[in-house]
Amino acid sequence: MKINQENTSRNPHNSMPDNEDRFGMQVPSALDAHEDCAFDGAMLTLVPIIDAAHLIHGPSGCINNAWGNNSNLSSDFRLHKIRFTTDMEESDIIFGGAKKLQKAIIQLVRRYQPSAVFVYSTCVSALIGDDIHGACKDAYEQIGIPIIPVDSPGFAGRKNLGIRLAGETLIEHVIGTAEPEFTTPYDINIISEYNMAGAVSNILPLLEKLGIRVLAKITANSHYKEICYAHRAKLNVLIPSQIMLNFVKKMQHKFDIPYIEVPLYGVDDITQLLKSIATKLGSHELEEKTEKLINEEVNNLSENLNFYKLQLQDKTVIIDITDFGSWIMIESANNLGMQVIPISCRKLNQEDKNRLKQWLDRDEVVLANERLEEIIPIINENQVDLLIASDRLKSLSFQAKIPFLNINSELYAGYAGVLAAAREIYTTIYSPVWQQVRKSAPWEEIE
Amino acid sequence: MAIVSVTNTSVTVNPLKQSQAIGATLAFLGLKGMLPLLHGSPGCSAFTKSPLTQHLRKAIPLSSTAMTEVSTIMGDEDKVEQAILQMVQRYQPEILGLCTTGLTETKGDDLRRLTKDIRHRYPELDNLPIVLVSTPDFKGTLQDGFAAVVESIVKEIPQNSGGCYFQQVVVLASSAFTPADIEQVKEIIAAFGLQAIAIPDLSGLLDSQWDHNYSGITGSGTTLAELQQIGHSVFTLALGESMRGAAKILEQRFNIPYEVFSELTGLGATDRFLQALADISGHNVPEKYRRQRRQLQDLMLHTHTYFGGKRVSVALEPDLLLSIVTFLQSMGVHIHTAVTTTRSPVLEKLTIPCVTIGDLEDFEQMAVGSDLLIANSYTTTISKRLNIPLYRQGIPIFDRLGHALSTKVGYQGTKQLLLDIANLFFQD
Repeated sequence: MKINQENTSRNPHNSMPDNEDRFGMQVPSALDAHEDCAFDGAMLTLVPIIDAAHLIHGPSGCINNAWGNNSNLSSDFRLHKIRFTTDMEESDIIFGGAKKLQKAIIQLVRRYQPSAVFVYSTCVSALIGDDIHGACKDAYEQIGIPIIPVDSPGFAGRKNLGIRLAGETLIEHVIGTAEPEFTTPYDINIISEYNMAGAVSNILPLLEKLGIRVLAKITANSHYKEICYAHRAKLNVLIPSQIMLNFVKKMQHKFDIPYIEVPLYGVDDITQLLKSIATKLGSHELEEKTEKLINEEVNNLSENLNFYKLQLQDKTVIIDITDFGSWIMIESANNLGMQVIPISCRKLNQEDKNRLKQWLDRDEVVLANERLEEIIPIINENQVDLLIASDRLKSLSFQAKIPFLNINSELYAGYAGVLAAAREIYTTIYSPVWQQVRKSAPWEEIE
Repeated sequence: MAIVSVTNTSVTVNPLKQSQAIGATLAFLGLKGMLPLLHGSPGCSAFTKSPLTQHLRKAIPLSSTAMTEVSTIMGDEDKVEQAILQMVQRYQPEILGLCTTGLTETKGDDLRRLTKDIRHRYPELDNLPIVLVSTPDFKGTLQDGFAAVVESIVKEIPQNSGGCYFQQVVVLASSAFTPADIEQVKEIIAAFGLQAIAIPDLSGLLDSQWDHNYSGITGSGTTLAELQQIGHSVFTLALGESMRGAAKILEQRFNIPYEVFSELTGLGATDRFLQALADISGHNVPEKYRRQRRQLQDLMLHTHTYFGGKRVSVALEPDLLLSIVTFLQSMGVHIHTAVTTTRSPVLEKLTIPCVTIGDLEDFEQMAVGSDLLIANSYTTTISKRLNIPLYRQGIPIFDRLGHALSTKVGYQGTKQLLLDIANLFFQD
């Protein structure tokens, strides 16, 4: 069906361009690839606080995204895996849901005894004007455990906004509300914008060997109490994130905690991370210890990587760098001697471009809008051996009939992670399945 | 007759219920060339897609009208219009499905008027059927959203002219049926020399992904051409009680008689279905199915000792609940607890003392002491905590592979279900 181009390019009723609203701000269109909302971002950020209850004040549709998501590292605590919702129904929308919310908080605290309750507003509860702050305050007065309103309804903006709002909520309501039993000169916080439980669990053993204590992980498999203590850390280690940068800056301002920003992308990064922490914490002894540990780990790793290097060098891989975490794969593939072609469906900032140039000796990225037509020819021209991308592009690999690896960056951090990534790339490319699924039946060959 | 009890609580803990929009989207996946569009924020479409992607392990083509704070407050008519035009131009769908969300229903958008205005302004859209469904997530459940789409389709799709096709039957399959179930049903119907138009036809989801382009529209399912000739069918086979409404619409609109088969699992249910097909077609039941029936009887004989007196707790949507409960009872199982999502006429038909409309917290408390749980993947942790094995049914199932391929209908499907459950009892 063809639509008259003239009609669609401009709205017939007014003269505003398609991608701007009446205040001249850019708005998403149905064609944008993004599919997230501020509520989602706030949930993602705070749900890894595993001994708090997370209560959604909204209808049943707002509950599904993070539930059953296996990226929440398993833990003995089960509270963060339980989904609490006020399950707003038609009558709550007509008569208001704030009273129900207050009751819900009290009921769930009595039954589940969480360390704290995070209460999330949603589009529907925000739209009808339910006062979640008031409900939280009233409930707190009745039961006396921290009840924290997270005012981040979906329509407020994108996921990134939700992550920022969640960070601000922590600074405003949580951090600094309790004191740790003791402190050490080597107390740090690890801060990241996503749940990096997997990544952090690869780094923790290294830090432990050095005698560095992670006071708070914001937020990855963390306990409510540790977030309250976060203000006593000597250093904030930020796994690079534009969104949480604001957060660490605010922490610096409010609690006088310096921060370093170190990526977790590959061998050099981990080494850099350990070195920077040691330098910042400022002890000669620690620096020596760190140096020794790094040497051991790096030697060990390079021995283990040899086999994969032999098998994988000169293979070509396309990596979708739109997703957070894909950088780990770039560095891994690059270290293995593979030829890397980056693709992305968003514009790169200068920093990313510099990093690409440094690693790959190329700064051109294929910009694509998930359109097969643009990526398939690149795959064919370069005889690509592997596509690494998020699940969104899986069908693209089916179309091009090339091996596909889903980015699961969590597991690929630290020295152990670099090896895991190499193993994953190897087993994917060398799977005997690829030949079989490309093969036609004998009778089809004769025809 | 079961007493329906509703738990009275302000906080829902681990809801069993899924939103209507998920059901609607699932139904849309069974129509070919369909562009599913959700009138809501991009987050809404992500939340709707997520359980379906987990469950079916396929890319789910669902777009949203991309509501924002500004458009929510200032009005969104332009948004809907832009979304429809942009998507139509880009993907060239044959049919468009538009459903609402809690956000846009709370605002009170009138989609019927909106689309009418859009059609008025863009005559190019004249030949594009638009299926409108109201699916607020503060009301109803997955099964309702699914049924609402089927009703909307049979009510609104214009029909081409022609007489009555004596071999053609309409199959309305509820959300209780997996893609492989639909395939099995189509195969059985074909064996009687009948031609089935399934609405929706999810069996295409079993096909290879290799041949599918990524696109915003569906690649398999009932075609528009098929939908346009449902009026010429001789009979409607409504599978699942939630399809009764749609079957009634077909009867009123085209005078097509119907029969509701509330379940297709178990010997008795399959017998009734095959007898109906024999009556409609005038053909005898093919030898293949007579043989399968004997095999099933044999298997029932051999396995009944594992079922006898076992206590099973079930948490499922009403249609699926009825189907599983009836089957289990036919094997001598005692239903320990039944939890469901929403009110439905089937609940009163259940021959158990009580059924609870509630969440998985209720289920966990009531299921203590049973031998087996039957529910979706959200129940996995409950199964671990109670140390009771779980047989996964319903939506979503994300921690078992190949649920779409598993079937529980007909003699063949019943055999599979029987063996699956028997083996769970057997291994204890």
